[in-house]
Amino acid sequence: MNSLNDYLPIGIQLIVALGFVVTTMVATALLGPKRKSKKKDEIFECGIESTGNARVPFSIKYFLVAILFVLFDVEVIFMYPWAVNFRELGLQGFLEMLVFIAFLLAGLIYIIKKGALKWE
Amino acid sequence: MFTPDLIFKVILILSIFVITLVIAMYSTYGERKVAAFMQDRLGPNRAGIFGILQPLADGVKMFMKEELIPDISNKVLFILGPCLAMTTALMTSAIIPWGSNINIAGTDFSLQVTDLNIGVLYVFAVTSIGVYGIMIGGWASNNKYSLLGALRASSQMISYEIAMGLAIIALIMSTGTLSLKEISAAQAGFHWNIFVQPLGFLIFIICSFAETNRAPFDLPECETELVGGYHTEYSSMKLGFYLFAEYINMFIASAVISTLYFGGYNFPFMNSIGLSSNAVAILGVVFLFAKIFFFIFFFMWVRWTIPRFRYDQLMRLGWTVLIPLAIFNILLTGAIIFATNN
Repeated sequence: MNSLNDYLPIGIQLIVALGFVVTTMVATALLGPKRKSKKKDEIFECGIESTGNARVPFSIKYFLVAILFVLFDVEVIFMYPWAVNFRELGLQGFLEMLVFIAFLLAGLIYIIKKGALKWE
Repeated sequence: MFTPDLIFKVILILSIFVITLVIAMYSTYGERKVAAFMQDRLGPNRAGIFGILQPLADGVKMFMKEELIPDISNKVLFILGPCLAMTTALMTSAIIPWGSNINIAGTDFSLQVTDLNIGVLYVFAVTSIGVYGIMIGGWASNNKYSLLGALRASSQMISYEIAMGLAIIALIMSTGTLSLKEISAAQAGFHWNIFVQPLGFLIFIICSFAETNRAPFDLPECETELVGGYHTEYSSMKLGFYLFAEYINMFIASAVISTLYFGGYNFPFMNSIGLSSNAVAILGVVFLFAKIFFFIFFFMWVRWTIPRFRYDQLMRLGWTVLIPLAIFNILLTGAIIFATNN
């Protein structure tokens, strides 16, 4: 059922997609005009002189969200095999998953109470 | 090596590829026409009759524009960003079952590029790579607006991915499989999953709006604050790729919603009207595309109806409303399955 043959069409599709992307990129590079100038190659800053670049520290919140995503997404992935076999695992499996979900919810409540998701 | 099956697959891949591009092109036209209709304007009406050639004109324009690459950007990553966004957008269509089997000269051919037994996870995996396209492009531009847009986009997309994954779990519990073909087949006739999973569907569709960066969740490119968001510095076809990828993602999201919750290629009374299996298969494809077009219209309809969220509201909705609601939905589904089994 899960043979390598199942993935062969995905390889073909990847070749088609990459072929299209590369061809289009090359074509647009060849077709468009090229008139470079110092002002034109500056980064955009609403018409005023641009100051510095964007390699500056940014809000830690984005990083926190990324870390929390990794934590929760891994937990969600654990639930997939359980969901597929839900009927076979029966009531015992369901009760065991309830414990897991309780831990997950406790973690979620903790980070909300801790203010990790406050955007002020 | 060159079995009829493989040749059929290649034809199918190429035709889906062309259909995807045409639908994405005409979604841009449709978007402007729908917007015009809702705002009592005319919309594009100059190129061809009713402006029907407008997408072609836009495409040619994109090709003929000058490519600008800012001096202080990271050149390789700057080009890689849109390429990655476009490639991943084109990859997701592989596991959508566009129809049931079609019989040509005594052999059954499946109207699905490949039936992976991890189908749903494949969609998640590929759309997750799409985040990199936006993040890399926004960061490589070395522009503050782009950086902010990219950060917003990636935070938003990963936040809503959790709720989306949880919403799917409830669906998987009732279907017992991850394969999209089996999920479709289980909904034969009018046994659509929407009647089993209304709450899951609601969560899923809200999340797909956030995943595709569509209004009311289009903060990554909200023009009043961030100029163009992560694609501020982009021009010519690289900008085109980002915009195009968004429309392709919208098309794929509509296809996934139709397949998971609205029966895919199934339609009521499909087995009792007495047509041959090929006719039913072709009619099924027509029905699937009708559902997809409805959802694409729905995406546009919502865009012109609901105002944009503020960023803290968006995050609060994702983490404190949708995730607990999705978990509640899982528990409810489990309880109902046990109650009806015994």
